[in-house]
Order: sequence, then structure tokens, then C-alpha cells
Amino acid sequence: MKIPDLTELALRNLRESLLRNSLTTVGISVGVASLVAMLSLGTGLQQLFSRRLEKSGLFDTIYVSSRREMRMGRAQERTGPNPAESRVLDESARAEIERLPNVSEAYPDIRFSTELQFNDKPHLSMVSALPQSAKSNDAFDGMQGSFFSSDSAPEVILQKSFAEELLGKTPPLGAPEPTVAELAQPLLGKELTMNYAQRESTAVPVKPPAAPENSPASEIAAASYSVISREQKLKIVGIADLDPESMRGPTRAKVFLPLKLAESLHVMQPTDLREIARGGNDQEVYSSISVRVKNPAEIKGVEDSIKKMGFTTFSILDASQSLQKVFKVLYAFLGIFGSLALAVASIGIVNTLVMAILERRREIGIMKAIGASDGDVKKLFFAEAGAMGVVGGVIGVGLGWAIGQVINFGTNIWLKSQSIPPEHFWAVPLWLVLFAIFFAFLVSLVSGLYPAGRAAKLDPVQALRYE
Amino acid sequence: MTSTTAPIVDAARDTVAIRSENLCRHYRMGETLIRAVDGVSIEVASGEFVALLGSSGSGKSSMLNLIAGLDRPTSGSVVVQDRDLAKLSREELAKYRLHVVGMVFQSFNLITSMTLAENVELPLRFAEVERDKRDILSRDALERVGLRARLHHRPSELSGGEQQRAALARALINRPKLLLADEPTGNLDSHTGTEIMNMLAEFNRELGMTVVMVTHERALAERYAQRMIFLADGKLVDDRPNSPVNARGQA
Repeated sequence: MKIPDLTELALRNLRESLLRNSLTTVGISVGVASLVAMLSLGTGLQQLFSRRLEKSGLFDTIYVSSRREMRMGRAQERTGPNPAESRVLDESARAEIERLPNVSEAYPDIRFSTELQFNDKPHLSMVSALPQSAKSNDAFDGMQGSFFSSDSAPEVILQKSFAEELLGKTPPLGAPEPTVAELAQPLLGKELTMNYAQRESTAVPVKPPAAPENSPASEIAAASYSVISREQKLKIVGIADLDPESMRGPTRAKVFLPLKLAESLHVMQPTDLREIARGGNDQEVYSSISVRVKNPAEIKGVEDSIKKMGFTTFSILDASQSLQKVFKVLYAFLGIFGSLALAVASIGIVNTLVMAILERRREIGIMKAIGASDGDVKKLFFAEAGAMGVVGGVIGVGLGWAIGQVINFGTNIWLKSQSIPPEHFWAVPLWLVLFAIFFAFLVSLVSGLYPAGRAAKLDPVQALRYE
Repeated sequence: MTSTTAPIVDAARDTVAIRSENLCRHYRMGETLIRAVDGVSIEVASGEFVALLGSSGSGKSSMLNLIAGLDRPTSGSVVVQDRDLAKLSREELAKYRLHVVGMVFQSFNLITSMTLAENVELPLRFAEVERDKRDILSRDALERVGLRARLHHRPSELSGGEQQRAALARALINRPKLLLADEPTGNLDSHTGTEIMNMLAEFNRELGMTVVMVTHERALAERYAQRMIFLADGKLVDDRPNSPVNARGQA
């Protein structure tokens, strides 16, 4: 028999015992709905996490530092060259890293602690430089004002807590915090004066050959650099609600400068002294640089290349990999849990079809008598099972989607009551829709195996004898 | 045995429709062995109208099922239209039932959930005939048995006679060479029974179909059959020609 005929006959037969077949189909729907609900929760959560983490720039960033900075190298790093002989992380190294394939940018991490004056009152803070690409960081999602107009503009973005400090609005513990908008209003466009120490290299003296190996560092420092106190006026352009450097812990900065501007200031870095102690050249040496890769998937290769260059690297690739593992386990767990209901529903299909054989014994006998082959009968029962599966699958996907929407909606109401911004942690991607329907179809066909085989083997003489 | 039967079958192609040789169908029911058909050898010529007679349990229906390819012989052979049914696979047997044989039953055996048109076209679905052609053929077949107006009725909405006519239309739809009828008038009153019998006679006469009818009513056989075969306890007891008295007159 041809497929359209099979489908037509199958649907007609399903309509004949409408109640029973509907109930079976409802069973499948519930099974599919639970599967869809579970898997879309898993997908949604995974998407939510990766969205958050990718936007944070954590997953496409490699932190590179010189081995010289390593005080306590991990075992694998101790096998490398002696820290003191390893390569210096200077501008030429940065440029070389930036030329590696799949690297979108490599920028020095400039951070220093300094004094900022606002309304003639000094405030101490950690200052950090941001490249223009940081604009997409989700920390700036709820920012008031705007991002730096250019990479070298004399502008500054403040983290909310520093803004509170400038305005003297730090709330007592437990009191409601002022909103960013409230803070931004009196601050945006205002001027901030930054006092900092500029490092200026003097002519590099030839190291005296007779100098003793353990000569004090300060002597050489004095010979290579002078430190000048400077001032820089900065315009406040933005107040960030979230903390762009939440990963940094206690050393996180609360004041942010454009990268090029920060570089041009040549602020004295804590590492400078050490470099000087080692008798470095006149090129600027970075304590660390951040390397961003074009695609988080390429991070491993890039990291290996940088390691080969003789630097120490850190990325949270490992973290992301174990996170993915966790999600895979979660996924499998949710999938198995969701499939349980479908497995129960499949027993319903077997039951319904076996009942149908008993009921339609005579009909099967008639069909065989007028020329239906075993295959025709088998296919007809398969078609009925498959039709129940597809119909149940479609309804189930809709049901699962609706359940998800309701739960998402309800949770967001709860989140709102806890003053947490709403999140979309429920995702029903197209592949899941198709997979669920196909899976329901497949499960139904498998359930139909036994009944269809039994129907096909029915002896027509016996079947026709029944009244 | 097969080496000798094969050439005979070939030689007799045009004249012999059914040939059974020492045909047996035995089955067990608990401890006892039932010999439903026990060594029956008959030959039916093409275009013949044969009545299989006997009391209930005589094996006439079992014989018909063997000829119809619904059942397989325990031993012996039954050759219909050149096909040795015992040697066909299940698949080939289904094809044989579909294309070579048309069957009508005492209890009509229409599928109750389908309309008449759907019942009649069902064999065409198994034969994978296109829908358009199916519609035309089933309409024609129902017209032939006078049920043109009942196309979309279900069997339960029809009288017994009408149902049996529809079953006849279904049996004829694939233009079979052989029409097998198992007590076709058993559930009908005498008037509608006569109507059905006249149709059988008409198909036999006009379409040249070979008809084998199982009945326990001797009078019916005498009126329509050209030959009467008597079975008792699965054995052939009598085989005699008959001049149908009533067929032409009623048609």
C-alpha cells in the first residue's frame, strides 16, 4: 500500500475508536511535553549561563603574564625555562601575540592605585584601562551615560560604588541603594582630576661589568627612571551599575580609563621596579596582557601558541569545559527523566494496538482475504502507531512549550519581587521541537512493532471464523 | 509428482481453472486429528459454475479456503490458474488472492467503519492503483450491482441483500478469473438470495468467470450450478454435471 493510503486508513481507524486512541495520544503528549519541558529547561539554563559568561568576556580571554612574575609556578610550569631567563612581556611580545591566528586583540593590563580628586576632595581607588571592545561587556548593560567616545579621550567611567563614594551617598548596610540614574544625574559630564606617578625613562646606562650580582635594585632604578607626579583631568561619561571586574576580587578597579589614554600616561606600574631590578631594556614591560580570541572554541590553540612563546597563560577554558560537562550530565538527567513519561506512554500505545487487533480481528481477516499482504497489515498498524506518535508529539511540544512559558512567567514574577532582573531561562529551539516529534514518532513505531507483527501473522481463516 | 503435473498444467492452461490432487487439510484439535479435507482430487474447467455441497463439517468451506489461498494444504496440491498454491510464499499468496480470486461470504464481511465506495476500492489500494482510477472503478463496480446511489453509505445502513451486492462489487473490482462464494445466500431471505444468485450466474456467463460456490442447499445448486460436487467428512463422495434450470430464465 502507498503511504498516503496508509495514512488515510490509519487516521480513519484512529477516529473509529476515538476515545481510546485520544487517551493514548494524550498519554504520548504528556510524555513529550515532559521531555520538552525538561530539555528546554536544560537548554534555557545553558543558554543563560553561556550568554552571561560570554558577555563577561571571560570565555574568550587569555591572561598572559611573563614567567618572571611567577612566584610559585605550578608543576608543569616549573619544567619550563628558569623564570629569570624567560622572555620579557614587552611591546614586541604583545605585537607578536596579536599577530597569532584567531586573536582579535591583545592589550596590556594597565592598573594602578591612585588618587582622584572630585570637588577638591581626594578619593583613593584602583584604576584600570579598558579597550573599546569592552563596550559589549554585560557589565555595561545597565550603564548610565555612554562608553568612551574614543580610545584616547580624556574620559572616565565609574563603577556605581565609587560614584556613591564621590557623592558621599554610601548607604548604610541594609538600606536601599540609590539607583544608577540617581547617581548619574549629578555626576555625568563633571570633571575628575587624577593624580598619578609618571614613569619617565632616562638614558639607559651601560651596566657596569664589575657590578656585583647582588647589588641593590634601587641603585639601578635610580639610574634608569625618574618618577614624576602628574595630573590628568577626566570627564565622567558613564556610571556602570554592575562591576566589570567582579572576577578580580579585592583588587578590582572602580574607575576605568580608555586604553590608549592610559598607555600614553605611562603610569608607574608595580612591576616596573622588578624589571628595573633585573636590568630590563628601555621598552615598556607589561605585568600582564589580555588576549581576546575571535571564537571561544579557538582558545586552546591560541593558549598553546602563547605558552610556546615562553609565557604563562591563564584562561577559564578549563572552567568552561567542566561547566559544559556539568550541563551534559544535567541534560542527560533531564532527558532521561523526561523520557520516563514517554516510556510509560509507549506502553499505552502497545496496549491500545493490541486491543485494536483483538477488536479488529475480523477486519484484518477480511483485508487478508481480499488480498492484503502481511506487509500491508503490518504497515497499517505501524501507520496507526506512527500517527498517534506524531499527533501526540505535536500536541506534546505545544504543551511543553506552554508549561515552559508558564514556569518562566511565574519565576520572573518571583524574581521581580526579589528585585532581580527578569531572565529567559527557558528555550525551545527548533531542533528540540523536531527532535521531540521525531522521537515520539520513533517511540510509537517501536511500540507498534509487536502489535503490527502479531496482526500481520493473524491466520485469515481463524480470523474470519470469529463472529 | 510435480515433474509430471507441471506439463499437464501447461497443456491444460486454457481449459483447467482449478486442479486439486489428493488434497488434504488436517489439523489437530486437542487430542483428535481433524481431517477437514482428506484426499480430494477435482478438476474445474475455466468458466464452469461449480457448487460444493455437503452438510456442515463436511469440509466444503475448508476446501474453498484452500482454493482461495487463505489456507495451505497439509499434503497434496491445488493448482489454480497455473499457480501451485502450496509452493507460493505468503507474499505471493497475498498477490494471488488480490489479483486472481474474488470472494464473497455468508456474512458479507464488509468493513463496518468504511463506506461502500471505500470497501469496494480497498483491494485497489492493496494493488496500489491510483486514486482517480480507483474512484472510477469502484463507482462502476457499484453501478453494476445497482448500488450507485449508496456510494457513501456505511454497511450498517444497508439491507443484507445490498451488503452482499456490495461485497460482490468488491470481489469483482480486480477482475479476478475466479469467484469463490461461501454460502452467499445463507443470511438472506429467498427473494434477495435469488437476486444474488442471478448476479453470480450473470458474472459467470457474461464475464466468463469460473465460479465455485459452497452451499448446503441442494435446491439452490440445482438451479444454478453446472456441476455439483458432494463432500462428506472431507472426502469427495459425488461429482455430477447438472443442467441449471433457472439461471437463464431469471436473468
